[in-house]
Amino acid sequence: MSRVDGPDFTGDALHAALTETWSDAPGLWGWITTVDHKRVGRRYIATAFVFLALAGVLALIMRVQLARPESGLISADRYNQIFSMHGTTMMFLFAVPVMQAMAVYLIPLMMGTRQIAFPRLNAFSYWIYLFGGVFLWIAFVLNIGPEAGWFSYVPLAGPEYSPGKRTDVWAQMITFTEVAALAGAVELITTILKQRAAGMSLNRIPLFAWSILVTSFMVIFAMPAVMLASSFLIADRLVGTQFYNPAEGGDALLWQHLFWFFGHPEVYIIFIPAVGFVSQITETFSRREVFGYPVMVLSAVSIGLLAFGLWVHHMFATGLPRIGYSFFTAASMMIALPGGVQIFCWIATIWSGRPRWETPLLWVVSFIITFVMGGLTGVMVASVPLDLQLHDSYFVVAHFHYVLIGGAVFPLLGAVTYWFPKFTGRMMAEPLGKWNVLLSFIGFHLTFFPMHITGILGMPRRVYTYPAGMGWDTLNLVSTIGAFVFAASIVLFLFNVAISLRGGRAAGDNPWDAASLEWKTSSPPPPYNFDHIPVVESRTPLWDETRPVIPGLRTEVRELLVTTAIDAIPDVRDASPSPNGWPFIAAILLTIGFIGSIFTPWAVVWGALLMAPPLILWFWPHDPLEVKPEHSDE
Amino acid sequence: MIQSAAHPTGAHAAITSNLFGLFLWVTGFFFLLVLVFLGWAIWRKDRGAVRDRALRLTVTSWIGMITLGLFGLTIASYFADRSLAFAGAGKTPLRMRVTAHQWWWEVEYLDRDQSKAVTTANEIRLPLGRPVQILLASDDVIHSLWIPNLAGKQDLIPGRSTDLQLLPRQVGHFRAQCAEFCGLQHAHMALDVIVESPDQFATWWAKSIQPAPAPATPEQKRGFDLVMTRQCAGCHAINGTPAYGTVGPDLSRVAHRATLAAGEMPNSRAWLERWVRDPQSAKPGNQMPKIPMKPDELHAVSAYLETLQ
Amino acid sequence: MSEARFVGDASQLPDHAFGSRSTTWWGVCGFIAIESAGFALAFASYFFLMAQEKQWPASAFPPDLMWGTLTTLLLLLSEIPNMWLKRAAEAEDLRKVRTGLVIMSLIVLPIFVTRAFEFGHLNIAWDRSAYASITWALLVLHSFHLITDWADTLVLTALMHTRHGAKGRRFADTSENALYWHFVALSWVLVYAVAYWAPRL
Repeated sequence: MSRVDGPDFTGDALHAALTETWSDAPGLWGWITTVDHKRVGRRYIATAFVFLALAGVLALIMRVQLARPESGLISADRYNQIFSMHGTTMMFLFAVPVMQAMAVYLIPLMMGTRQIAFPRLNAFSYWIYLFGGVFLWIAFVLNIGPEAGWFSYVPLAGPEYSPGKRTDVWAQMITFTEVAALAGAVELITTILKQRAAGMSLNRIPLFAWSILVTSFMVIFAMPAVMLASSFLIADRLVGTQFYNPAEGGDALLWQHLFWFFGHPEVYIIFIPAVGFVSQITETFSRREVFGYPVMVLSAVSIGLLAFGLWVHHMFATGLPRIGYSFFTAASMMIALPGGVQIFCWIATIWSGRPRWETPLLWVVSFIITFVMGGLTGVMVASVPLDLQLHDSYFVVAHFHYVLIGGAVFPLLGAVTYWFPKFTGRMMAEPLGKWNVLLSFIGFHLTFFPMHITGILGMPRRVYTYPAGMGWDTLNLVSTIGAFVFAASIVLFLFNVAISLRGGRAAGDNPWDAASLEWKTSSPPPPYNFDHIPVVESRTPLWDETRPVIPGLRTEVRELLVTTAIDAIPDVRDASPSPNGWPFIAAILLTIGFIGSIFTPWAVVWGALLMAPPLILWFWPHDPLEVKPEHSDE
Repeated sequence: MIQSAAHPTGAHAAITSNLFGLFLWVTGFFFLLVLVFLGWAIWRKDRGAVRDRALRLTVTSWIGMITLGLFGLTIASYFADRSLAFAGAGKTPLRMRVTAHQWWWEVEYLDRDQSKAVTTANEIRLPLGRPVQILLASDDVIHSLWIPNLAGKQDLIPGRSTDLQLLPRQVGHFRAQCAEFCGLQHAHMALDVIVESPDQFATWWAKSIQPAPAPATPEQKRGFDLVMTRQCAGCHAINGTPAYGTVGPDLSRVAHRATLAAGEMPNSRAWLERWVRDPQSAKPGNQMPKIPMKPDELHAVSAYLETLQ
Repeated sequence: MSEARFVGDASQLPDHAFGSRSTTWWGVCGFIAIESAGFALAFASYFFLMAQEKQWPASAFPPDLMWGTLTTLLLLLSEIPNMWLKRAAEAEDLRKVRTGLVIMSLIVLPIFVTRAFEFGHLNIAWDRSAYASITWALLVLHSFHLITDWADTLVLTALMHTRHGAKGRRFADTSENALYWHFVALSWVLVYAVAYWAPRL
């Protein structure tokens, strides 16, 4: 007997029916089989923070080693593994995944839908990410971690100069994390374009959704480059192909071109979601819509496009023709323009709004100051003559930490503070949050500002020690002290999260009086997100006078609304797949296949055969006449 | 500061340093504007009506300012690039080739007359005021030659040819370092760069093409025999002797160099002995094996090597 | 909080649709975009390596034209039943769809045969040179798609012969599978042009 939600099926009775349809199985089995984007999103975020902590500890070890010249604390081999793991973990296991994870949690709620698109693929992508990260770290602990840097240049990383399995572990970890990221991108694009609240036309979607849309398209076009590059590398190492071997027609620069074609967009893949966080926080705490919505969207889109035209600026020292370099200098300079415009718009929003100086907005201020500095040193290294001095020195280390920590981590910490009430139903501790912003600001600049000077004074990167008397000693010591202060601020943040999970002040649906749809439902949201699918009539639906909804979705099966891509006119009722154990099993088998294939090419064959049954069963539909409604998906 | 881009002693580094100054001022100015606007947004008291029209005008001028600023910096960068390309034009350059190995530098001074070419290692000597063109090559992985006091860096890429231009303007002793991660001992791949007067340079060159002096004292003779008959001669070359190995650095004038093991340790008899006795403890993983030697054999070898000035 | 105001009625909307109205269409297009980016970069790598070499293919004969051309013809021919199947799916004609899926499942088999001969007639082993490696890579990349789409088609064929087959949702799946086959066939035309004809220029 089919019942749809509506004026005569609402309130508590509706909640009960929807909960019955949309909840997971109890206990461990439920935890493994869940396809609820919120549960998957939360564990994704938590896992990414674990990797942040692990990579952070590695950074502290490096800083201890570099605090003094000619320190014998850590051997060359160990140090080279440590810096490789630090970069690899931060870039592949923390920065991109955490942004996707936040989007996986928030986007369906912001769009006003019940579930993310392709929820089983979403569950699968988390497991693949987890298994890839664990694989890498187990290898590191067993002393077969990568040691050729996070960028793994050939020929150093090739079969002749990196014997053993270390680099293969790195290259295959890429495959794991890229599969996860690509899956996430497809889900997010589909959710944003097809599963919006009725009336939420494209010019009404929150700026965070635009950020994620742009980022997801970037992922789709950039990730294949690194997948191809790492596959060629594994092939060179395992079956003797000659892609990167100059002696047989290959080229060491092929690696660099493919890697950086991915690598440059990668950093914007990390930055643009953070831009989205900043927009949402600035809007809420300035109590006005972000100034210049169209220009903000244009900026995000143009950064996304321009990002693909910059990659050779990582290769200015490789002796390519100067006329080519000129193009990349111009493009690298140009990308500062949309960035500068966005900075203006946020400050303009604060200037013309009625700001409330809560912790999330303070993180935004910290972001503005720090990221702009990083962006400006970026303008410097965009110039070929300057880059030829600054490339591969500590100046560049300073630059990218300014843009990555200032530009992505500070907004992320602000975002976690901001959305913590929605995830958990509790507020994070105040005024602890405000002290946290200050401590991290001081620690960060103490660590990384001196590196600009160290680099100009001639200290190259990726060195496990340095000679005394070069003028680098004190600067390095200051950086090390700063690193511990910064680490303390991260620990403080995690401490705040921990105590607030248990004893934080209870939050209502919308403790910040924000405007976007995720704040319409309870904190934390029920499994089905919204009682009724919302209808929106502006960019700031919760600041409108009324809160219309569209009734008519079935409640005894998992059903959601699909709308047209541009105008969000209700179009189709989609069945949303129910919980299922096959994504988990498929991820395990794929892991076995991936790991096997760094030992033998035949693993590709039997890995594929192993994967076939779970993939088939994943998609095979169940009988809609089955008793338990949560198992039917027709 | 002997390895610093902030202390330019060559034409190329000076051009870059000036450009950096320009960039610092311009970017500093924009940063200041952002801080002022941010400060105003934070401390503003009179918050009346939302003035989007004023903001729209301001954002347009902001876009204009950024565009002009970026355009200006880009043009300045292109002009600097041109200056770098033409620095030292008009004079015949000194031509060299540097080939990078894991973790040492092979340095050759080229001459049309092959008998006048010089091969040395881990040291570049340059005459003041003469442009230099260094052809760069690598024997194994990607390295990068960076002499910050003189110029920006260039990578040495196996299978590809790149080159580096220099024009030293001050005498002195500087330090260069490999700036592209090249494996285990990347941190210990430095080289000495000595800029001297043209006369001193000519004297150095003339002596370098001479055969190495014959051993005089009995200890030195014993050392010479050991060097020729133990594995040393298989990897190293010494002018005018049966040693012509090319796997390791040329030792013809090793005692004349400022440092040993690619800038890792000072050059003295004691340090030389430490190195030869156990290269693996000084620079773990490098290609030179530990050759078992009795203490008196070691003294003899170092006595001979000390004559290679 | 104001009482919910009810606007419109979703219960009258269809439970499946074709083309860009279907979320899984977007998923398939996303996958096609990813793989197209991969192919584009592989082609770029091919031409990059070619530009470094004076002679291309270096010390080898180009791949034998016959087997690659046969594969191309078979793939283009397969587009005929594929397009028929797609239309039948969008018309929700179960009988035609079942027939079409069986045809598509079988029509791949001779292509596997020609593909196997192609590998045998590339005239160079993959580890001989960068030219050999990238040529093999292009074919392997495409073969991977050939195999996965064939597996998809088999599963769908089986599914459409069960009681689940008659649901509207499954017709959309069939249409999208046909779309993916378009990609497999058309991407091959580009791979064929690069792998077989670039070395002959």
